[in-house]
Amino acid sequence: MSETALFIKGVDKFYGPIDHGVHAVKQLNMDVKKGEIIALLGSSGCGKTSTLRMVAGFEAVSRGTISLKGREVQTFPPVRRNVAMAFEGYSLYPPLTVRENIAFALKASKLSQSVVDEKVANIAKLLEIEDIMGRYPSSISGGQQQRASLGRALIRDADLHLLDEPMGQLEPQLRALLRGRIKHFIKERGLTAILVTHDQTEANALADRIAVMEGGVLQQFDTPQMIKERPANLFTGTFVGEPPMNVFSAGISGSGDTVSFGLNEGVKLDYKVSDFSHEVRAELMKRSKVVLGIRPYAVRRSDGGVGARVAVNQWLGDQTHIAADFAGGTMVLVEHDRTNLAIGENVGIRLDPSSLHVFDGDSGKAISHGQELA
Amino acid sequence: METTSTLEKTLRLIALTLVVVFFMFPIFWIFLMSFQTNETILAIPPSVIFTPTLSNYAALITGKLTTAAGTLDIAFMRNLMNSIFLSVTSVAIALVLGVPAAYAFARHKFKGSEDIAFTLLSFRFAPPLLVLLPLTQYFQWLGLSDTYFGLIWVYQLICLPLILWIVRGYFEDISADVEYAYRIAGHSWFATFRKIALPLAGPGIAAAGLLAFIFAWNNFVFALVLASADKQPVTVGALAFVTSSGIQYGQIASAIVLSVTPTLALALYAQRYLVEGLSLGAVKG
Repeated sequence: MSETALFIKGVDKFYGPIDHGVHAVKQLNMDVKKGEIIALLGSSGCGKTSTLRMVAGFEAVSRGTISLKGREVQTFPPVRRNVAMAFEGYSLYPPLTVRENIAFALKASKLSQSVVDEKVANIAKLLEIEDIMGRYPSSISGGQQQRASLGRALIRDADLHLLDEPMGQLEPQLRALLRGRIKHFIKERGLTAILVTHDQTEANALADRIAVMEGGVLQQFDTPQMIKERPANLFTGTFVGEPPMNVFSAGISGSGDTVSFGLNEGVKLDYKVSDFSHEVRAELMKRSKVVLGIRPYAVRRSDGGVGARVAVNQWLGDQTHIAADFAGGTMVLVEHDRTNLAIGENVGIRLDPSSLHVFDGDSGKAISHGQELA
Repeated sequence: METTSTLEKTLRLIALTLVVVFFMFPIFWIFLMSFQTNETILAIPPSVIFTPTLSNYAALITGKLTTAAGTLDIAFMRNLMNSIFLSVTSVAIALVLGVPAAYAFARHKFKGSEDIAFTLLSFRFAPPLLVLLPLTQYFQWLGLSDTYFGLIWVYQLICLPLILWIVRGYFEDISADVEYAYRIAGHSWFATFRKIALPLAGPGIAAAGLLAFIFAWNNFVFALVLASADKQPVTVGALAFVTSSGIQYGQIASAIVLSVTPTLALALYAQRYLVEGLSLGAVKG
């Protein structure tokens, strides 16, 4: 399992002249082990699709190296890389039926007809497209085309499977069903896959590790749990998680056995010195400005807490989302019971040190996470 | 579909008939003329009732034109063969050169690619007469005047830009990812060009080829100046009917009918193919 399937080292991508064009991917380093599922997560234009296309061989690498199974391939044409890809735009061959489109991917592998038929039947069953196998791409829906395109990629026995937004067009129930099936299919066969997505639920459900990208820079590359619990910086912290993490900039002051964070509108949060480890305290005291973050489900209401004023109270059927005006910003709380707080009502809020994330005020780099504070 | 009233249908039919008559009448009249002698053609008032004669076609096919001033040799059949040879060869060469070039311009943006593509298109901007004089001189130096080779070369000025620009548009309409999907499945770019890009752009290539053929076929000035009688196409050959003893309207009409027939047949044939090709549907991703 520890064999490296893909190794990306110091890769830059410029559209236009090197060093002067649009810098789409900046000094990317990544390694993917054999059998791993990796999700490239980020908003549009963050460089995730450019990265995928460089690995596939459709975009030239401006600088750096890409190695597949230990051999450098950045100058190879796609045909010599032995990777499979599912395209965001499906890209099925219009003159061929769905069955032919999927079987076509095996043409170069020179398998016998009966083996091909069996593989195609398996894929059709996996993706619930058995009833449209004889249809042409132009006569089926976007979701069906997407599944056909996904099938065309998954059927191949490639060293690496690249999936570009593979389930974006599917209805939610089908998406949830296929997520599980595809993960099982990939794991069972020991395939290695990189999945590009902007849907964090999909990334969390499918991936062993998530690479969060923004502005062409890899922000964090870690397991879904670590990304949620220990975001490397303010971007990852606020990008991953739904609803997003609450963040407030704060000044720091310490006196005696108290550490105080001064928020906007004179809101002050006092913690005991013993709430922080020695190292964290030292880091905090070097700075005058930090950003505090806390996830909505970790915010507690308490009578003795800091005052906030309810602005929105929504019951979503299984949880309550409360937005409250707090320290010149908005604090979002998620609770699991229905509450009957009125708009405009004052509530007390408690931010437990064990749930608090602290980021540097300038660079946004994480200083500490709740678990270490306590 | 909305339901249309009888009145609307009738009005539409009348309008369509008017348009068809307006455009088809000259062709119909020429068709009638081709079966008449000069005397009945020039009779006043003109009449659609006459005794048809095949003498015009006979004269063209035998190559002997009998006029009041004596018998003339008419090289019309030779002209027709020249037209076919020149147009077919020119379009074939323009397709061989133009289609790969169009693909390159559509898929690869390299330094100066737009400038080169535009320069090629600009060949069509200049009036042919403007380039004809220097061209004649160069061709004399090079020994290319009055050769099929030279003519076909000059015809590229007509055919190549057309094919390049029309086919390029069709290639650009094909999603690049369809080709990438084929390439990543283990095929070279050349196999992808042959197996994916060419078939998908087929209707466009056919349309461009047809258009280039019609333009080449209808060319007049290049052939008039750069070729002598035995290499001239029908467009120039028709001048021979303006004789010392008058204009042979009957023969001109039958020459027009004969020379229009190949392009018309080709257009009808290609039209069927075009519809078939386009109905294959969703080329765009």
